[in-house]
Amino acid sequence: MSSRYSVFSLIANAFSGQKGWTPAWRDAAPRPDYDVLVIGGGGHGLATAYYLAKVHGIRNVAVLEKGTIGSGNAGRNTTIIRSNYLLPGNQPFYEWSMKLWEGLEQDLNYNAMVSQRGVLNLFHSDAQRDAFARRGNSMRLSGADSELIDRDQVRALAPFLNFDHARFPIQGGLLQKRGGTARHDAVVWGYARAADRLGVDIVQNCEVTGFIRENGAVVGVETTRGPVRARKIGLAVAGSTSRLTRLLDLRLPIESHVLTAFVSEGLKPVVPGVVTFGMGHFYVSQSDKGGLVFGGDIDGYNSYAQRGNLPVVEDVCEAAMALMPQLGRLRVLRSWAGLMDMSMDGSPIIDRTPIPGLYLNCGWNYGGFKATPASGWCFAWTLAQDAPHALNAAYRLDRSRTGHMIDEKGVGAQPNLH
Amino acid sequence: MRIPCPYCGLRDAHEFSYLGDAAPQRPDPAAPDAADAFHDYVYLRDNPAGPMRELWYHGAGCRRWLVVDRDTRTHAILGTAFATEARS
Repeated sequence: MSSRYSVFSLIANAFSGQKGWTPAWRDAAPRPDYDVLVIGGGGHGLATAYYLAKVHGIRNVAVLEKGTIGSGNAGRNTTIIRSNYLLPGNQPFYEWSMKLWEGLEQDLNYNAMVSQRGVLNLFHSDAQRDAFARRGNSMRLSGADSELIDRDQVRALAPFLNFDHARFPIQGGLLQKRGGTARHDAVVWGYARAADRLGVDIVQNCEVTGFIRENGAVVGVETTRGPVRARKIGLAVAGSTSRLTRLLDLRLPIESHVLTAFVSEGLKPVVPGVVTFGMGHFYVSQSDKGGLVFGGDIDGYNSYAQRGNLPVVEDVCEAAMALMPQLGRLRVLRSWAGLMDMSMDGSPIIDRTPIPGLYLNCGWNYGGFKATPASGWCFAWTLAQDAPHALNAAYRLDRSRTGHMIDEKGVGAQPNLH
Repeated sequence: MRIPCPYCGLRDAHEFSYLGDAAPQRPDPAAPDAADAFHDYVYLRDNPAGPMRELWYHGAGCRRWLVVDRDTRTHAILGTAFATEARS
């Protein structure tokens, strides 16, 4: 077991040639039987295992990951954390996530580089200002912070923006100061290490290839490293969810789409927080290494390829130039893409399923990173208590049947528009 | 990604709009199980990883609806046809 990280362990290792460090988590082999299996070693799966062990005392748990942990969307996102949602089904959940982010590093004993540098959503018209004022009020109802700021206040925060764009002049913004960014890999590693310290087995390179059924219930999985049985099995595999539920003849209200993100060459500090464009889908922040991290829309068609196409690259760069014309002088170092589990109303699912023993965590669209702590916390609750917590009570699998949709964007059952 | 339109030839994907899976067929509203059938039609998806038949609209070209057979793992286009013919 790895030791606790502290200034004393740093000093002790500094004077002993850095030879005292142990691996942050064990490379566990799968055992034949567990209380709970979590499929998917991304942020959500690892957080689920950690909160199962910590909050609910269920430590006979394994996380099965087909590759290495954090190699899917957890390693591909733009690292933004925020709780600026509108609808009552969403906002308390995301605010709980923000509160967990705020205490995460002390809780995990791991530096996740959570940086509350602010998230600024710009508005460019009177109607959009009204909509953002409403959103800000909704945020405050859940205890989150929000400020509606005018053009001069935006200028003080971000003087580099194109304020007098001919079509989309900036009128102001909705600012959440507690929002910001976190180091995505460190979140994965921190949860993995903390879960491992509580006895959770983290099994890598172990792909689930089938389910073991008994009397209609799911009682285990077939994997590339042999069968593993468990009383309860939770899926937290995002864009690959349909690949697994297909084996169970369970059709879901999700489609897998591709989202591209970008990073530029390194710059001196220029973008203070996260800035989003209100008249096109574009958001930008600056990493601690100096690169501008930005992204935009999904490509819009079903995909499992984990790479996008050039029309969206052009689209994102056009939006970038409209908001920050000086970006045109920058070189883009890399773009990459992840596999988004787009749901029919743009909101996630954390619920039991019609199949006994099987639990579902999916439908994160392109906003799963910020939800990592609360998603794990609520999924652990649902697995342990066999019932949803109040915070994820609205994230039901059957809400499309009952009509209780949570459609933040109001575009209806068309996943590529969310 | 370029899509071979049966009318216009090989064109950039930028010219097309995407609707989604071409498999779901609008159910009969008079059938006794219409509520369930419409729910499945509107909300549930097979979401396959592999070849998929899907509806694309060539808005910047011939303005016809196409059924495109495309591999969602590689974006390779396996075939295209006019939707009026492919779905009849």
